[in-house]
Amino acid sequence: MKTDIIKLQERAGQYKDAAAKTTKRIILCAGTGCVANGSLKIRDRLLEILEKSSVKACLELTADNCDGTVHISKSGCQGFCQRGPLVRIEPDGILYTNVKPEDAEEIVSETITGGKVIERLLYKDPVNGKIYRGDDEMPFYARQKRLVLKNCTIDPECINEYIYKDGYKAAAKACLEMTPQQICAEIEKSGLRGRGGGGFPTGLKWKLTLASENAKKYIICNGDEGDPGAFMDRSVMEGNPHSLIEGMMIAARAVAADEGYVYVRAEYPLAVERMRRAVKDAENAGFLGENLFGSSFNFKIVVMEGAGAFVCGEETALIASIEGKRGMPMPKPPFPAQKGLWGKPTVINNVETLATIPVIIREGAENYRKTGTEKSPGTKTFALTGHVANTGLIEVPFGTTLREIVNNIGGGVTDEKGNVTDEYFKSVQIGGPSGGCLTPEMLDMPLDFDSLKSVGAMVGSGGLVVMNNKTCMVSVARFFMQFTQNESCGKCVPCREGTKQMLAMLDDIMEGRADENTLILLEKTAKAVRIGSLCGLGKTAPNPVLSTLKYFREEYEAHVFKKRCPTGQCKALAIPEILADKCKGCMACAKKCPVGAISGAKKEAHKIDPDKCIKCGVCKTICRFDAVTGI
Amino acid sequence: MKGETDMKINNTVKINGIDVEIGDEKNLLELIRKAGIEIPTFCYHSELSVYGACRLCIVEVDGKGIMASCSTAPEPGMVIHTDTKEIREFRKINVELLLANHDRECPTCPKSSHCALQDLGRRLGVEKVRFKENPKSVEIDMSSPSLTRDPNKCVLCGDCVRVCKEVQGIGAIDFANRGSKSCVAPAFNDNLANVECVNCGQCAAVCPTGAIIPRQDAEKVWDAIYDKDKIVVAQIAPAVRVALGEYFGIEPGANVAGKLVKAMKIMGFDLVFDTSFTADMTIFEEATEFIDRFKKADKLPLITSCCPAWVKFAEIYFPELLHNISTCKSPQQMFGSVAKKVLPAQTGIKRENIVVVSVMPCTAKKFEATLPKFKTDGIPDVDHVITTVEIGRMINSMGIKFNDLEPEAFDMPMGFATGGGVIFGATGGVMEAALRYAVEKVEGKKLKNVDFKAVRGMEKIKEAEIDVAGTKINVAVVNGLVAAREVATQIAQGKSKYHFVEVMACPGGCIAGGGQPGMADLKVRQMRAQGLYQSDKNMQLQKSQDNYLVEECYKENFEGCPGSHAAHHALHTHYKNRSQIFDAKVPVIRGTEKNSVPIIVTICANREDCPGHNLLARVVKYVKDNGWENKVNIDAAFSSRQGPDAPICVTVGDEVLDSCVFRNPMNTEEEIRNRCEFESVRKAMDACLKT
Repeated sequence: MKTDIIKLQERAGQYKDAAAKTTKRIILCAGTGCVANGSLKIRDRLLEILEKSSVKACLELTADNCDGTVHISKSGCQGFCQRGPLVRIEPDGILYTNVKPEDAEEIVSETITGGKVIERLLYKDPVNGKIYRGDDEMPFYARQKRLVLKNCTIDPECINEYIYKDGYKAAAKACLEMTPQQICAEIEKSGLRGRGGGGFPTGLKWKLTLASENAKKYIICNGDEGDPGAFMDRSVMEGNPHSLIEGMMIAARAVAADEGYVYVRAEYPLAVERMRRAVKDAENAGFLGENLFGSSFNFKIVVMEGAGAFVCGEETALIASIEGKRGMPMPKPPFPAQKGLWGKPTVINNVETLATIPVIIREGAENYRKTGTEKSPGTKTFALTGHVANTGLIEVPFGTTLREIVNNIGGGVTDEKGNVTDEYFKSVQIGGPSGGCLTPEMLDMPLDFDSLKSVGAMVGSGGLVVMNNKTCMVSVARFFMQFTQNESCGKCVPCREGTKQMLAMLDDIMEGRADENTLILLEKTAKAVRIGSLCGLGKTAPNPVLSTLKYFREEYEAHVFKKRCPTGQCKALAIPEILADKCKGCMACAKKCPVGAISGAKKEAHKIDPDKCIKCGVCKTICRFDAVTGI
Repeated sequence: MKGETDMKINNTVKINGIDVEIGDEKNLLELIRKAGIEIPTFCYHSELSVYGACRLCIVEVDGKGIMASCSTAPEPGMVIHTDTKEIREFRKINVELLLANHDRECPTCPKSSHCALQDLGRRLGVEKVRFKENPKSVEIDMSSPSLTRDPNKCVLCGDCVRVCKEVQGIGAIDFANRGSKSCVAPAFNDNLANVECVNCGQCAAVCPTGAIIPRQDAEKVWDAIYDKDKIVVAQIAPAVRVALGEYFGIEPGANVAGKLVKAMKIMGFDLVFDTSFTADMTIFEEATEFIDRFKKADKLPLITSCCPAWVKFAEIYFPELLHNISTCKSPQQMFGSVAKKVLPAQTGIKRENIVVVSVMPCTAKKFEATLPKFKTDGIPDVDHVITTVEIGRMINSMGIKFNDLEPEAFDMPMGFATGGGVIFGATGGVMEAALRYAVEKVEGKKLKNVDFKAVRGMEKIKEAEIDVAGTKINVAVVNGLVAAREVATQIAQGKSKYHFVEVMACPGGCIAGGGQPGMADLKVRQMRAQGLYQSDKNMQLQKSQDNYLVEECYKENFEGCPGSHAAHHALHTHYKNRSQIFDAKVPVIRGTEKNSVPIIVTICANREDCPGHNLLARVVKYVKDNGWENKVNIDAAFSSRQGPDAPICVTVGDEVLDSCVFRNPMNTEEEIRNRCEFESVRKAMDACLKT
């Protein structure tokens, strides 16, 4: 089926016309966070209400049935997860936050029919109280630069909306106006570096693959996002799947490949569904298959599911998985650019990398370089989580400082009750299980690939966990080590055995069994695992440990030598105490203690017997006078 | 830098400061070894795919950092350091990590002093394991008569997995589970004896530790030796004599048969004979069989049967070729059969008190000796099989100084052999010996040139066209089971031009069997084979047919000629369809009565057009027509046969019908044939179920 640029313009026009017929559009965020908080129930409520009213709802924009209707659509993750469920009303530019199904009626009557804004549903800055109507001024959005996440509000199941927003233009340009060499050169010029964690120059990777002589080549999109807490790639696959398809098309054209795979982890069923649907829609529209845009270029995509292993995010293990083999990495060289899937030259790129490609081709490498830093141009998506006021999905230019992200976009560090307070900032863990910790001294460091590497951290896939000073850094290191140990494929000795021993040593430290030799051995083992492991999983597994040891050594030493956890988080080392000056002798704790460890008469300061205490924490919870410490 | 440019011009690299020229080495590891540094590795094997798991072979390359030498290609100008402070510390930690997880009972491990992990620990000076011990405590698999698996000693190097998959094309063992729970196991963690393992022992040959070793049977032999009522009669296989010396520091290929006989006499063996005697006898039988089949153009090609791993392989994967395989027993089994028939009269000892022990290079021979078909009156023809390494250990255990021994001759008459019998140990040896017999017999005149060099050498498949009295005979010699599968598939599809095929499961033949010492690389194998061909030349007679003591044996016991009825009875055997081997069954009908009769039909999971489905449907229909649903448990079981024309295995109650040749009928003729085949199944069902 031949198609050409005219068809693109036709489809964009079709969409525009159909959209123009509607009166309003309600976009409900249907990212997993908002869905878990009930956004689909809001949608159902809205449909119910509109059904009974004079205004009709339209769920799918087609040429005929949308006259005078309200277009209701679901989008992928819109990013402001802390304030979800999010509901946008266009063309009014209104963003409602923390919406509940009960609000649906008011939204319809006040905003949809009445044209008025419901103030209580607007975002209110918790520090200065300012109220924002839309996202153009509110700090969370305004201080980001959303390139990859720009179109997060579109309907991911509507290919025409994607085209209307300049979709597939870059692919057409690549197919009709550029040679493979030119495309590679343009991407190289842009300085784009792999967004999956490796940071390898994408243009160079493509160039090397193009240079490999073979009639058959492959493109693989690595959608096996495995870092705990990371959901950037998922949001792109769920919210804007066509951007990936377009990126893969351009990649295929650049290296002369004719077949592509999208490898999505099986734990993302919605992403799998959306990708498959998008591939089908693209095929039906003629954007996948043969003679794309009327050129002689053929390309088809298969969406494949993973089978539950973090290690299959490593490129050679991913290839083994696609080939039906056990997901274990292979030594490199040979690199996939020379010998990849089925032994053929293969390009493997991360989701975000591929989603950036159409932007670069459309707007030019020079324009792209205007954002970011010299060696790390462009933007990076981050999943901002932890003890921060505004958790969610953000995108900022490289070179942004940590302070900007945590305070201005993130809204500040929070304490355990959720109140913002600057004094509580302790650390930011960046890069997930392969990454390291950043300290308050680094708040003004511009974040990019090289600056992070210089302090022993890495950008990784983009997980950012903000931690306040009630966080035990040893337990943070242990958390990531347990993850890596569990996910190690088991092939090479340093990773398989080394991470296991490191985890055992961290447990010893956290449970009071360690001595000075433990710390020495921990560091030596970490070094061995780092230099000796076969693949990136093993090589970077010691990073959280090494990083926390470097910047928070006193905490480790307290655990080892004083058998104390300074933050009180490590239960095994907790020594609960009742502060005599705060205790009112009300006996509430003594009555609740399940093992009878608390003694003391009425109106007298109580005491906890440390031998009987099982550190369950009930006494602390029940005390109205904050008299229990150390637990 | 000038130095670098020089190196690039001269095609050299620097290794630890020394210039080394790059030859045809595939990777840095081989180059470093050529330079005289024995860089350590567990998982690198020159004939297997590069695995890169043990990480012991890492080196530092200036400007490139630390890389694994097994997977890095040499480039002129590289400056390589094999032993920096960092790498040395790393290797030590790596070994300590392995030891922390290993069964450290070295003194009681049969692999002690031949174990690569032990050697490495000693070499690197590991004096303390700083890590917490977390031993695995997995059950040892002693189900197989050939091989013992101890996963507690496994270092997960993957060599056994790769040899079974890449060299033998079977994959009976593979990795299971993930991370620190990884282990090497048969499918579904079943016992090794229950899966498609053919007992070739190549896994044991490449295992660096004691995780897979040949089953240890020496104690049983000692018991027999010390038993005053028994006489212990030994046979020594050809391949043993050119490899046993390596156990004592003698170079590969040296023929130490004389020393071995002497040692065994000292140990207390009563009679020590030579398997080459019955190898000659095998030639009498098999060459006669071949000539007969060739004349009738019947059941060709004839395929040799002396390798029990090949025979089991054929029974599992190619049951349709079982009638091509020679019905001759292997030399080991012929020996057991003849010895126990002939010796009672000769020695005056009762048959029950004669214990036959064979010393073999092979682990499959242990399996072969236990087969029920090789028992006479309930007693195995061959009582015990021990490997080359086992006899070496037995010699050591007595303290005998092997190297100082004066050679002694084999006992007679079963110690007398020609060169034809001796070369059985190398790939091509059986074929050459058979040709020496057949050509002379058919041409009717003395064969002057006994060498058939076309069938010698280490290539996986060798072909030759032999001109015999104007007729051309096409022969093939195959070693390694991947090659065997290739040739067998051709034969099964009717595309083969061969008349006679020799198959040995081990690469290079028996000389590289699972019971031989050390890890035989290509060079060692060539030396051992050369040792056999040398011995052939050193013997007085080269043609099996000239073995007059074998002739005498025929006269006295087997009606004077090969192929006679008596010979057939004692020296020939039959085969079994083993294509239903898994317990993976799918229930089809479940009876409600107690003691429901089990009926199993094997079907192929891969093919939709498997005729097993057709047969299964007929069985089900017959059961239903007779109203027997409550009295039967019908299962469809997984089959390993490769082709749709292979005979289907059906089990009814206790009876195994292993040769139902069923086709998806394309015409009435085939349907009629199907019905005839079904008759045997129907009869079996009637016998169990008709009241």
